[in-house]
Amino acid sequence: MGIQPYLYLSAIMFMIGVVGVIARRNAIIVFMSIELMLNSVNLTLIAFSAQLGNVTGQLLVFFVMTVAAAEAAVGLAIIISLFRNKQTVNLDEINILKW
Amino acid sequence: MILESIVFYTLAIISIGSALLMVTRRNPVIAALYLILNFFCLAGLYLTLQAQFIAVIHILVYAGAIMVLFVFVIMLLNLGDKQTLNDAISPKKVVAGGLSLALLLELLYIIVYATKDLPAYDVKQALETGTVEHIGKELFTNFLFPFEVTSILLLAAIIGAVLLAKRKLD
Repeated sequence: MGIQPYLYLSAIMFMIGVVGVIARRNAIIVFMSIELMLNSVNLTLIAFSAQLGNVTGQLLVFFVMTVAAAEAAVGLAIIISLFRNKQTVNLDEINILKW
Repeated sequence: MILESIVFYTLAIISIGSALLMVTRRNPVIAALYLILNFFCLAGLYLTLQAQFIAVIHILVYAGAIMVLFVFVIMLLNLGDKQTLNDAISPKKVVAGGLSLALLLELLYIIVYATKDLPAYDVKQALETGTVEHIGKELFTNFLFPFEVTSILLLAAIIGAVLLAKRKLD
């Protein structure tokens, strides 16, 4: 079995993540969709790493995971402070930067 | 060969199903649990690609740390019934579905035409690249600087999270 099925799976999961980011209004679910997209890209990187016999792809996944951890910590802190100020995580109601 | 396909397709179907359920659930706790299921399937897929180290790290970091953080925040915010954010079908959703379908078609087009005559990968070679030994050697020689910069990134994230979640900025 080649790596093509992995690439198709990764594309489908990325699309599901995009749908979640665009269509959902709950900030936490939007955030989880972003994690899903990051993971689908990781799957592509691992697949090509196996295909090419090159370890660089796996190292890149390692760094993506670190960035995702940092992003999750800061993003959830932002959601907590937003909830504290507006009592909601509905993204349609968080529009103070819009004019 | 046939066993490999069975494992792959089982994991792929579970991961797509759990991703779909994650995006469509109304309750964020249930969505988080489906996302954890998806992460476990992904770890299995990494194992089928002979990336043992990344599979273990993925479970530790994602299922063990990031998702605990998510569930913790959901519990902390205590999103009750009025917070269910009832998402009905709206024009915005239809547009979102159309746009992401276009994106999927583009990606599939690229994959089909770019990997048309890609040979099946060398399992023996892949087995060697995925070991802790190989990754550690590469990480602490050629990628030492990015590795050290990562520690600064994590420090910045810790400070940022504490500052943002603090009750009063004074």
